[in-house]
Amino acid sequence: MSQNADIIDLLAGVAPGSALSAIRDQRVQARENAQRSFEALLEPADPGTFPHAERYAVAAFTARLHGFDEATAFYADLLGDEAPELVEAIDAAAADGATRGPYGAYREEGLRGESTEGLRWTADAAVLGERLAAALTHTHLLVFRPREARPTAIRSLVDAGWSADDIVSLSQLVSFLTFQLRAAWGLRVLARSTNGTNATHEGTAA
Amino acid sequence: MTELVTEYPDLARPEAFTQQGLGWVPWLLPVAEADLTDEQRDALIEPARAKMPYFRLLARDPEALRARTLTDLDIFFNVTSGVGRAERELAAAATSRYNGCVYCAHVHAAAATRESGREADVQRLLDEGVGADLGDEVWNAVAASSVALAETPLAFDDADVQRLRDAGLDDAEIVDVINGAAFFNWANRLMLSLGEPEVPARRRS
Repeated sequence: MSQNADIIDLLAGVAPGSALSAIRDQRVQARENAQRSFEALLEPADPGTFPHAERYAVAAFTARLHGFDEATAFYADLLGDEAPELVEAIDAAAADGATRGPYGAYREEGLRGESTEGLRWTADAAVLGERLAAALTHTHLLVFRPREARPTAIRSLVDAGWSADDIVSLSQLVSFLTFQLRAAWGLRVLARSTNGTNATHEGTAA
Repeated sequence: MTELVTEYPDLARPEAFTQQGLGWVPWLLPVAEADLTDEQRDALIEPARAKMPYFRLLARDPEALRARTLTDLDIFFNVTSGVGRAERELAAAATSRYNGCVYCAHVHAAAATRESGREADVQRLLDEGVGADLGDEVWNAVAASSVALAETPLAFDDADVQRLRDAGLDDAEIVDVINGAAFFNWANRLMLSLGEPEVPARRRS
């Protein structure tokens, strides 16, 4: 893939030189460091003991849970290049884990009345292997019911062979993706409505 | 050997959402301050963060920490054009309220109060939840958009943009709201998954 493409622009369908691209340029540190986050978490030069295939698998899974088709295709492509044997299994896992969030039980006494029930999904280790299954189970927790995260969730990752450094990178990866997908989605909706407004004006003039 | 994972059976936990100061304790072992490498110290951006376990824990992936922090600072503190600081903090607080991050909500609710002077409006968001009337349509529209953007699958749509426009926001301001709300989905998940808030000793009865 191109190292230079701005991934949020790409997922949002924002073209270089467009009005929204110029608006994004007013927050140049945010733009550049969202891109660096993508590079650091998805395409690090030295991925250490958290290989690219696992990173792309988590990303493809996360994108599909968000119902963002362009992002799902983008991350499935990256996964397909790196580990084609995983594409179908990740797609099936995301279909199996599909639900609507955020939901979950509160730990805080005064908020128990706001606790909501929902799917507590676990990935199938027989299909994905223990290590990747643990990562997807954690990803599902973070995407849909982050308020239910507990030390036991971290212990499950340790038990499946995840180092402390890699657990931090996994948490950053999933958390970053929940930002990236929303930033791109928001821009896509805004771009569409801006174009729609213009189209209406042009239609009126014609 | 030091245990990697720590639980806190006797922690003084907050009861609910609050604007009062909270601490935060890590479940996963942070890098010891004396062991921080130059790269890790550089990634903290602000040297004082070496005292904070949250940032020393994130320093386990210094490149990711550095990029995260610079993204955060520009979205929230770069005030050249765009929407006001109070509305950015409100987007962060509403997102945190909806996702259920008591720690993030307290930091950014307090910041929204500081920036706007509207403590009672902010407190209603914390007490009643994201459906509360926050006193004017700009704030209500910012909170509603932040909530829509926090949903999975993604639910933010044309009607949310139209509501922000009707409240008087231009496209650059709407981008700031989108970025502020989107960023807190990132922040909430780090704070919620790596540790938990505690009531500091000075505030315990």
